[in-house]
Amino acid sequence: MPRSVPRAQSLSTDEFIKGLWKENPVFVQVLGMCPALAVSNTARNALAMGLATLFVLLMSNAVISSLRRFIPKQVRIATYILVIATFVTIVEYMIQAISLELYRALGAFISLIVVNCLILGRAEAFASRNTVGRSVLDGLGMGVGFTLALLCLGAVREVLGNGSLFGVQLFHDGFQIWVVMILPAGGFFTLAGWLLLFAKLQERRAGRRSLADEVAR
Amino acid sequence: MNRPGPIEPTSAPSTWHMYRAMVGIGSLCGLLIVTVFQLTRPVIERNKAEALQRAIFDVLPDARSSTTFRFDGNSRFVILGEEQTSDPLVYAGYDESQRLVGLAVEARGMGYQDVIRVLYGYSFAEDAIIGIHVLESKETPGLGDKIERDPAFLENFQRLDVSLSDDLTRIVHPIEPVKHGNKERPWQVDGITGATISSIAIADMLSKSTAHWIPKIRQSLDDFRKAG
Repeated sequence: MPRSVPRAQSLSTDEFIKGLWKENPVFVQVLGMCPALAVSNTARNALAMGLATLFVLLMSNAVISSLRRFIPKQVRIATYILVIATFVTIVEYMIQAISLELYRALGAFISLIVVNCLILGRAEAFASRNTVGRSVLDGLGMGVGFTLALLCLGAVREVLGNGSLFGVQLFHDGFQIWVVMILPAGGFFTLAGWLLLFAKLQERRAGRRSLADEVAR
Repeated sequence: MNRPGPIEPTSAPSTWHMYRAMVGIGSLCGLLIVTVFQLTRPVIERNKAEALQRAIFDVLPDARSSTTFRFDGNSRFVILGEEQTSDPLVYAGYDESQRLVGLAVEARGMGYQDVIRVLYGYSFAEDAIIGIHVLESKETPGLGDKIERDPAFLENFQRLDVSLSDDLTRIVHPIEPVKHGNKERPWQVDGITGATISSIAIADMLSKSTAHWIPKIRQSLDDFRKAG
């Protein structure tokens, strides 16, 4: 007999978890590639960009969802961009207040969060049609998924391209760094590697599932 | 067969509803931005001041305090008070006994990717640049950004000659960039292999800046000393 799970709780958990793996914004949906490739040259930059995007995604989802009945369909995109741009400006001030060095490292890419298709996409496809609670969970899940993906890219690129992780040197002087990995081309190479890995894992999971179905029949 | 009925017109919201949404949300967003700006401004300004102070002490290692001067355009350097100014600034560094040890000056120029801003320390006792600190650079990571951390390149600026002519009006030997390994004179900057454009940009901006500022600074040394 199937275990009875409260419907609302089950849904909520799904809203959060889907962004981490099944619908990961970078590795599955391939969204927000501009910052993912440009700012992931070090793990620290990747983490900062991921957290900044997470904050904007979470706040914009919450605000747009709570105002969804108030915003006419005809002006929804303009309104969403207004809300997203506000939170990007806020996050820009906050990063400047936390660390000027980090602000300089992220450069123009903080402002470009406004046009990150992931954020506008979640606002249009999810937050404008769902309750505040579900939208917050969706934003949180997608944001954490985006941050983890950027961290995966940044860590690999920094380790291979600079021989360090979060600025801590990992190898002896004899290690020959792969400069290409922290150049733009390295972003594409690393992304390709991660996409291959994700595709392979998903293929294997699908294979196991179909095998289990056959055995069950 | 059912015939399709007339298309029902979709209920369009009134202009008032659209204005209400846009103006209402816009006003709220504006309020939120102003509030966060007001809250973070003191911290951001303090961060900027601290970063500048660190850079000054980095390029003038013997300095323990500094005073900011503005150039008023009439060959005079005046201590900068609380007022906002668009005049060029220089920073005088003083040791524990409030003796002038040197001046920090900002230079800027086009690098490979974007404008590079550096602060350099000038020692009038040695007639030389005694250090540089990159304030802003978007040079290519792993290549152009070596201007910030390559020890051999930074060694150029431990004592880079900017001696003045006897009448204190011009640099005798303007700073010049040379290819890596070809430095023979104390006013030459040894470039970086793999960061040629960025290293030449640093040499060029220092050459222009020193030609402009060092004669003026030397003619006003008393202004800086008095402030100590």
